[in-house]
Amino acid sequence: MSFLTILYAALFYFATATIVFGVGFKILQYAKTPAPLKIPTTPAPVTKSGVVVRLAEEVVLFKSLFKSNKWIWIFGWMFHFALLLVLLRHLRYFTEPVWWWVTLIQPFGKYAGFAMLIGLFGLFARRFLVKRVKYISSPSDYLMLLLLIFIGISGLIMKFISHTDIIAVKAFFLGLMRFDIQPLPADGPLLIHLALVAALMLVFPFSKLLHAPGIFFSPTRNQVDNPREKRHIAGWALKLEADREH
Amino acid sequence: MADFDTPELKDYVEVPLPQVGVMKGSGPFIAKPEHQEALGFPGELVDDWQDVAVNRLADLTKRYRGLRVFMDSCVKCGACTDKCHYYLGTSDANNMPVARQDLMRSIYRYYLTPAGKLLRKFGLEKLIGARELTRDVLDEWHNYYHQCSECRRCSVFCPYGIDTAEVTMAGRDILDTVGMGQKYDNEIIGKVFTIGNNLGLPERALADTLEGLEEEIEEDIEIPVKLPLDVKGADILLVTPSADFFAEPHVDGLIGYAKVFHQAGISWTLSSHASEAANFGMFIGSYENMRRISLRIREAALDLGVKRIVFGECGHAWRVAYAFLNTLAGPFDFLDPKYPVPQHILEVTHDLIQKGKLKLDPSENDHMTLTFHDSCNVARATRMGPKPGGQFTIPRDVIKAVCNNYYDMPSDTIGEATYCCGGGGGLLTDDLMEVRVKGAMPRMQALNTVVEDHGVTHLAAICAICKTQFAKTLPYYGFTMDQIISVHQLVGDALVWDDFEKVATGDEASDNNEQE
Repeated sequence: MSFLTILYAALFYFATATIVFGVGFKILQYAKTPAPLKIPTTPAPVTKSGVVVRLAEEVVLFKSLFKSNKWIWIFGWMFHFALLLVLLRHLRYFTEPVWWWVTLIQPFGKYAGFAMLIGLFGLFARRFLVKRVKYISSPSDYLMLLLLIFIGISGLIMKFISHTDIIAVKAFFLGLMRFDIQPLPADGPLLIHLALVAALMLVFPFSKLLHAPGIFFSPTRNQVDNPREKRHIAGWALKLEADREH
Repeated sequence: MADFDTPELKDYVEVPLPQVGVMKGSGPFIAKPEHQEALGFPGELVDDWQDVAVNRLADLTKRYRGLRVFMDSCVKCGACTDKCHYYLGTSDANNMPVARQDLMRSIYRYYLTPAGKLLRKFGLEKLIGARELTRDVLDEWHNYYHQCSECRRCSVFCPYGIDTAEVTMAGRDILDTVGMGQKYDNEIIGKVFTIGNNLGLPERALADTLEGLEEEIEEDIEIPVKLPLDVKGADILLVTPSADFFAEPHVDGLIGYAKVFHQAGISWTLSSHASEAANFGMFIGSYENMRRISLRIREAALDLGVKRIVFGECGHAWRVAYAFLNTLAGPFDFLDPKYPVPQHILEVTHDLIQKGKLKLDPSENDHMTLTFHDSCNVARATRMGPKPGGQFTIPRDVIKAVCNNYYDMPSDTIGEATYCCGGGGGLLTDDLMEVRVKGAMPRMQALNTVVEDHGVTHLAAICAICKTQFAKTLPYYGFTMDQIISVHQLVGDALVWDDFEKVATGDEASDNNEQE
């Protein structure tokens, strides 16, 4: 077994553990932190099913962003949904036999990589062309986009220009999942692609990528507008009531 | 006027390029030790303020999920950058909502995130926009967290619903905790605790004021409309901002509520113990102070034995009442379960109009052409009536029932996208006049549009702060201070009293024979 294979196997075990436990920890932290006051941005749904619809509109359609700015919306939405298609398409490298619906989206997933890059380039351009966005951007904001851009480019190179031994890559990942490590091809684009993906997984729980779980816990979006009908009180706030005379 | 330029009104609001530091300054006056201590805060800046501040921020992220999620989630997409009226009016880069949040997020990242703790060891904290909490940062917080009116406009447009109001509240909470509170807010909260209202109007003076108003109404319409105070056993406890007791145009709104109650035959009372609807505890993000103020309303309701609680026209007060009162001072199981607790005066009036219990002649208001300013807190943090959006339709339905001439301002400046008046969130103080005037620009621009297109003469509002702010800022933009009026003034003026027995007041007594 080559050093490279062992290095990448170790890297992916570490990256997977980091993203799973890291994001798991943040989700638990969000779930356990109380929202002591009712602060939905109104008009807000008055029922729980209404909240499900509201969150679905935010997550699937980026509704608030659409209201706000059509350019950010079009680039952002294009990137996220192309990424989703690309990720689903990649399931073929982790399943045997490949699920029928993954086969079905394969042709779309292949080209979604381009849409993803267009979205990312649009967002990247805004970062330095729009003075307001430039002002609020840190180096990490540019780096995050560059990371995704290079993941996309290296992936497309493998798909359309310089094929890698994809059968071997699949064997490597299936092997990782079964704790039976198989050799990884030593192709440049593949190694770059995988290293960048691992980097993305590693920074996920420590960066703004937490917006993904965050939106589900955002009290301005996930609360039911019923403060008069139902008393809402946090544990720490209830303790203050010991001093009540009435 | 003052030593700054009033923004020029254009055809539409132009989004300015961000300027660094144009609104840099010392911020509003710092609270005196006695104002701080009355609220349970240290009198002046504590020696170990850096540790205290960081610990407080850590504590707040454990107590408020919103703050934690908001600190983590922002992707710097820029959707909010052109949404704040203070940014549009001042062009100061730190008045972009995300930049205002970043004043705190940079500290959160430096001290409270694994990435910040790691990177700062190598001096690489700038990579993720983290920075050390220095005295300059603290001063920056004091300055820029008092250039936010907690209006939530940015939150509407954020893809994750990040609410800068929550960040501003946390910022002010931390400033209070280290002993650097704002004089205006904290002095006022102290007055509520010692006297019962923001204006420091004691019971005796309040009683005299109400008596004077009763005489004024009687002279005007010859109907003995009462403004009862501390009447045990009344059906409704009306809690209204203390500005309603004498400020213009607020007082005309109070007279309007009284007339509505009188015509509908509803028994009601004000309370000297809870003679304030405003709750500045919200502005400073202090749950404890907000709760302490709210409990006065519970105490008054129990003491007077009322069946319902109704709130007068006030924006953030309605937020605290509608969204927080049940949490802070509930449960209100001792009140009549047939009515929501609390109710907004507009819900009461709207209901009475629907049921035909008010006799109205909208032509009484024909000398005016109206538009309506949706107050930020009412629009984006509350509801009226059973349906979402009732906070937009109910005030307009009421205005249209009492006025014949009404036009809305442009749709991107009303409803959930309404612009704040510029004076909300604890900024209604003379030491913040520049930011107030500049922050009013987007609203003034929208008003100017309907003035030019439809000949609108008056701006109706349902918030004590909006009313005071507009009375002060309208003249800066070439309007007059009397162009702002209370919605319930319109209602009160449209009420027809020919089914009521008039009282004889001197030489106008001959009108009595109009009665059938």
